[in-house]
Amino acid sequence: MSTPIVVEQLTKRFGKFEAVKDVSFTAPGGAITALLGPSGSGKSTVLRMIAGLETPNDGHIRMGDVELTAKSVQERRVGFVFQHFALFRHMTVADNVAFGLAVRKQPKDVKNQRVEELLELVQLAPFAKRYPDQLSGGQRQRVALARALAPRPDVLLLDEPFGALDAKVRQDLRHWLDGLHRELGVTSLLVTHDQEEALELANQIVVMHEGRVEQVGSPAEIYDDPATPFVAGFVGSANVLHGEVRDGHVHLGSVRVAGAAHLADGAPATAFVRPHDVRVRQKGGQANERDGDFTATIERIASLGWLARLTLRLADGHTLVAHVPQEELDGAKEGDTVTLDLRNPKAFLREVHGADPDEVDADAEIDVPPSDRATAGTA
Amino acid sequence: MTLRGAAIVYLGAMVALPVAAVITKGFGDGLEGLRSALNVPGAVAAIRLTLITSTLAAIISAVMGTMLAYALVRYQFPGRRTLSAVVDLPLAIPTLVTGVMLVALYGPNSMIGGFLDDLGIQVIFTPIAIMLALLVVTLPLVVRSVQPVLQELDTSEEEAAATLGANAWTTFYRIVLPAIRPAIVGGTLLTFARCLGEFGSVVLVAGNVPNKTLTAPVFIFQLANQFRPIEAAAVATVLFALSFVLVLVTGRLLRRKEES
Amino acid sequence: MSAYPQTAEPAHTTDLPGTGRRRLVRAGIVTLCFLYVGVLLLLPLIGIVWTALEAGLDKIVETFQRPDVQHAFFLTAVITAITLVVTTFFGVITAWVLVRQRFPGKSLLNALVDLPFALSPVTVGLACAILFGLGGWLYEFFDARGIKILFAVPSMVLVTIFICIPFTIREVVPVLQEIGKDEEDAARTLGASILQTWRKVTMPNIRWGLLYGVALTTARSIGEIGAVLIVSGLIKGKTETATLFIFTAIEERQTTEAYIVAITLAAVSIVLLVTIEAARRRIEGRKVRT
Repeated sequence: MSTPIVVEQLTKRFGKFEAVKDVSFTAPGGAITALLGPSGSGKSTVLRMIAGLETPNDGHIRMGDVELTAKSVQERRVGFVFQHFALFRHMTVADNVAFGLAVRKQPKDVKNQRVEELLELVQLAPFAKRYPDQLSGGQRQRVALARALAPRPDVLLLDEPFGALDAKVRQDLRHWLDGLHRELGVTSLLVTHDQEEALELANQIVVMHEGRVEQVGSPAEIYDDPATPFVAGFVGSANVLHGEVRDGHVHLGSVRVAGAAHLADGAPATAFVRPHDVRVRQKGGQANERDGDFTATIERIASLGWLARLTLRLADGHTLVAHVPQEELDGAKEGDTVTLDLRNPKAFLREVHGADPDEVDADAEIDVPPSDRATAGTA
Repeated sequence: MTLRGAAIVYLGAMVALPVAAVITKGFGDGLEGLRSALNVPGAVAAIRLTLITSTLAAIISAVMGTMLAYALVRYQFPGRRTLSAVVDLPLAIPTLVTGVMLVALYGPNSMIGGFLDDLGIQVIFTPIAIMLALLVVTLPLVVRSVQPVLQELDTSEEEAAATLGANAWTTFYRIVLPAIRPAIVGGTLLTFARCLGEFGSVVLVAGNVPNKTLTAPVFIFQLANQFRPIEAAAVATVLFALSFVLVLVTGRLLRRKEES
Repeated sequence: MSAYPQTAEPAHTTDLPGTGRRRLVRAGIVTLCFLYVGVLLLLPLIGIVWTALEAGLDKIVETFQRPDVQHAFFLTAVITAITLVVTTFFGVITAWVLVRQRFPGKSLLNALVDLPFALSPVTVGLACAILFGLGGWLYEFFDARGIKILFAVPSMVLVTIFICIPFTIREVVPVLQEIGKDEEDAARTLGASILQTWRKVTMPNIRWGLLYGVALTTARSIGEIGAVLIVSGLIKGKTETATLFIFTAIEERQTTEAYIVAITLAAVSIVLLVTIEAARRRIEGRKVRT
């Protein structure tokens, strides 16, 4: 069950369109690896190539020591869970789950026992004789999971498994899958566009964009240490500041952001600062000209439960968004002048021709960084 | 006159009236008349021949039609579009011309006909010719019934079956077939009903020997030509009853499918 | 939606990395399909074309110059034209009534539409002979006025109409169902009269389904034999259609002439087929879009 998946230089073209470009990574055995990226990033195609549902134009796929690339779907022993469940609609739940065993001509008692075992595992034992159209979306996906796991695959592949479900059901199933994985320990590869899902579930994340791998790392690494502007902008929300490099800082009007030591002077650069890294202090106290200290006016305070979202306007007109715990607000009001301190900025060379990541807008979802998960309560 | 009224008059006058005429004539002397009319020598044999050839043709057409539909939808191959167009040809070609073509090909003076004759195999003027004619004429029916359903099928169920280890045949048999079964059945019933009444292609190639190669429709024609309308109507009513039930069932099947 | 471009037809080829066996099976199935269609259709087509060409161009021209042949084509054209007009006009109305209106007895009406498919054409001819022949329900009415129905062109038109009734209706109904009432309702709320709605909204929407039905009707009408054989009386130069000409020519052993006329009809059918295919593709394209 602890078979790692190794993908090397995988390439796939549909006609003239290059969906997957030279993708390589290793999914460690026994862990959940997430393929995270927006629509069209090629992540589903990579998954389907690993399953054998698409043929790569170039590259290799290995499961443990076994070279998979020439093997047919049937021979690969992968469990695959589809976004829209793909349950066999004219078979009962029990027959669906038993299918992989029936195909391998397992004796009836072995089949029945395994089906029972799995239905218990996914907590759907009373539904054995029902048909898929009598089940809710969440139940169907659990059946799909049981069905995929029944033949004891070496690897579990999930293609946006919760994409077709309601938000609450999605949350519930996410926790449930987490627990299931801890219990079973099957190497799993999860494709998703939901970064919250990836950050919560995965042991390792492969961020993909336009067919390429942007970064491979743990959730903390991806979040705190984005390797490319895309990752910085895609994972978690961020303030995006475009400026010029001088003296190891990104300069943007009155704003001076550290973290550009690795970039050449004069180069155009983009700095990313997470809203919760924008530290706000009441004005009055030493207005130090320390790194990163500068003043701003609170334009708007939005109260979001335990968090307050502050929209801050700088002297030269730029806007920053800060997330501050309510208790630290200290009576600050709209219109107040405050001092800002930008922590943990990440700076990248700006690609002049590439699409700039959008500035964070006032309606961006509040992201819950991994370290804060414990205090988030019911999200 | 309302639209509805126009429709009712249209169908009532053009369809219901003629059908009523035939049934009334066939049952003119009551059930007794029907039975005695069926005692016309050759009637039972003709109906039996029609039933047998129609059943066989329907079964063959069902299998080949499904295969054709599957190949046209799921496979890529050179000539696919041409094949698809050719399949529709019988929808356009007059049935009589089909009969003429078969005579030209298998008739006693033709290339293949003469060749087969030397081998001792006779095609024309045998039930085989009837089957051939029926198969040609009904070629598109099952194909066009199954094709749209196959096209609409979400392949993820089949992909799931493949990931679970099912080979191509198992996947087809256990996943695809149940989904297209209603379409196959509908197309087959349509084929059968069509075969029951087929005249134009059969009349030239069958030979029309009573008790041997005389089908019911040709028999009815002969009776009508001999100014024996009551007997003709009797046989026609029996034939009609058979296909009427069939077409009704098919129609209801199809409409239920559309509603679901 | 997906960022992937439209791949070429067909929509669902799963080209999985396969074993050689899978490819072999596929090749086998495709070959079988070609063989089946080839033997049933292409071979006979070739056969008849060859036989007719064997006759030589002169014979072909001579045949087309014969007055009875010309009359036969003419009569076929006339009957087809009348059938087209009647079945299209009433067919569209009936289809609209069936789809958009609800009333008791609708399913009976629906069944009546399918009924012509259940009848052998000879039965249709028989019905006409019974209705309009001596002793028939409608005999008196027309005989008293000196109108000849049976053994004259009117009966041939009537039976052809009967047989062609389902085509237009069955092709327009699903298209109407698919399009739904919304556009028509919108037009009405914007002040369009029923006629205007029909002309500007309904008709453009059902264009391709209608064309498909019209093409099928034309083909069927040209090819009609069983029913007209019974009601026409086979009066040469008066009630002989192209198909009837072929029938009698074969009986009278004028096989070459029969073949030549048959091929002409086949050629016309092929042209119709092209229309059918084009219409079918448009209908399916519409389905993908909505």
